[in-house]
Amino acid sequence: MTTIKTLMGAAATLALTAGLAAADAHSSPGLIIDLGGKFDKSFNESAYNGAQRWVEETGGEYAETELANEAQREQTMRRMAERGANPVVVLGFANGSTLDVVAPDYPDTDFVIVDMVVDQPNVKSIVFSEHEGSYLVGMMAAMASETGTVSFVGGMDVPIISKFACGYAQGAKAVNPEMNVIVNMTGTTPTAWNDPVKGAELTKSQISQGSDVVFAAAGGTGIGVLQAAADADILSIGVDSNQNYLHPGEVLTSMIKRVDNAVYDAFTAAAAGELETGISVMGLSNDGVGFALDENNEALVTPEMIAAVEDAKAKIIAGEIVVHDFLSDNTCPAY
Amino acid sequence: MDLLTLLQLFDSSLRLSTPLLLACLAGLFSERAGIFDIGLEGKMLASAFMSAAIASYTGSVWIGLLAGIGASLVLALVHGVASITFRGNQLISGVAINFLASGLTVVIGEAWFALGGRTPQLEGASRFHELMLPLADPLRGIPLLGPIYSDVISGHTIIVYLSLAMVPLSWWVLFRTRFGLRLRAVGENPAAVDTAGVSVVGLRYAAVLICGVLCGIAGAYLATALSAGFVKEMSAGRGFIALAALIFAKWRPWHAMGACLLFGFLEAFGNRYQSLELFGADVPVQLMQALPYILVVLILAGLGGKAIPPRAGGEPYVKER
Repeated sequence: MTTIKTLMGAAATLALTAGLAAADAHSSPGLIIDLGGKFDKSFNESAYNGAQRWVEETGGEYAETELANEAQREQTMRRMAERGANPVVVLGFANGSTLDVVAPDYPDTDFVIVDMVVDQPNVKSIVFSEHEGSYLVGMMAAMASETGTVSFVGGMDVPIISKFACGYAQGAKAVNPEMNVIVNMTGTTPTAWNDPVKGAELTKSQISQGSDVVFAAAGGTGIGVLQAAADADILSIGVDSNQNYLHPGEVLTSMIKRVDNAVYDAFTAAAAGELETGISVMGLSNDGVGFALDENNEALVTPEMIAAVEDAKAKIIAGEIVVHDFLSDNTCPAY
Repeated sequence: MDLLTLLQLFDSSLRLSTPLLLACLAGLFSERAGIFDIGLEGKMLASAFMSAAIASYTGSVWIGLLAGIGASLVLALVHGVASITFRGNQLISGVAINFLASGLTVVIGEAWFALGGRTPQLEGASRFHELMLPLADPLRGIPLLGPIYSDVISGHTIIVYLSLAMVPLSWWVLFRTRFGLRLRAVGENPAAVDTAGVSVVGLRYAAVLICGVLCGIAGAYLATALSAGFVKEMSAGRGFIALAALIFAKWRPWHAMGACLLFGFLEAFGNRYQSLELFGADVPVQLMQALPYILVVLILAGLGGKAIPPRAGGEPYVKER
């Protein structure tokens, strides 16, 4: 094994010394789609779209695999690195501990992880300021609500989902401090990302408690949330990808998280040999997060909403409004 | 907790317990005939997929329901052939069915729709809609009984009422007909049934097929009534909860309804009160959502009294040695 590693290392060094252009020709990027599936209409799909955009614009090729279960993470990462993909892009916080172990074994391969910080010299960690984007849609929810109650359905009960919930609650309470924000999580295991039945049931329960705008940050479960909201004629808010089109005229907006940009930028930078490792934060200032506005929801979003939200956005970028990040201390001041 | 909240909880319980009840009755028929079936989950999943897929192709939820029942019947037949005809181990066959359904639904779904194993969203006539029972609105004004009728009993999809109707029907079939008597006998002492000149194999196949039909309805309910389309692994362990309810109910239809309603209520309760303050301490959400599973453990530990399964359950019948 060590001989092979030395050989591979030597080969990589040779390739590097042979010049960057030559090295690029041999290393195409790799993307590992996370659990939940490539077409989850949300997080993974966004990453996939970013990779597709890169292919269309550059004509390049990349390798792609999709995880089928939790146990495949390490094996898939190693295979991707061993077949020469560079950089290897992995998606989701759940890959953090695995990547921390795998990355040192492939010092000549760059890794990119989305949604988690992994402190290794050859890893680029991309994290998003979901709390800031959620704050903005929380404001919109509060302005659209007539009952004074808005709600949130999260997927698996993990801190990053509470980050969404907490930003949302803060935004809603910024508009109206009396706003009642109901926060529910679907479950505590990964099946919580794929249980639209329970998502719908949670939504119905929230509606019966008075909620008239519901924000889903729950992967595939969110499909059920948006459906239940549309069935009951209340507004919903999508997440990660632009989900406005799922129920035109019934989805208030979507909290978009530009995972596609993150993947696209990583691929582009790597092709130019300029991929920088370390932590990169995608927030409001660099359009890493935001809210979706298109023909499907233009009738729902009033000019006042846009004005208020744009104002808040400018203030967050300028540092005048500080949105509390749940991950910083695992508490939320808004609920 | 006021009356309105309580009614909403019961309303939600009824919705959530319907797939459990159908699957539980399915297991009841199968196990009463001596065929253990842990493949309820897989059959529900297969039916959920097929009903959503066909409903989205044809635009008719009824054709979807039939297709779902068909898919479930195919898996039931696989279980029957493996465990009745070839006298294989019933538990292993059931596990195989669960894996088969979990994999096949995604593979076929990807091939048909290229949506990552998901089916398109169902709309209009390709879903079951909620029915308002007659007089639901005018009766609402009557204190107590009015809201119970119009908010809890009315306003469900037809499958909810069908599943409730299945309870007395199952009881009648199992305990008041000749077929039911023979079916129960085949689960207790197949040799005696055989001696009387009745086909053990035929009865067991009949039971397994009834199980397939009921699981099929349960799966179709998940995909076309509770939600609008199939998502991979959407049965989310409900088949196993139904098995636990079956043991809790000691293999009796009316008790099965009680057990399933209890599980449905606990799930609804956990959904509604994700963080509950009790005696000044916060009950964490994890505990609330684990309630049904905690109950399962308690039941299996003997809280529900001694549960004696059908005596010939799990054993293939060998006519001659």
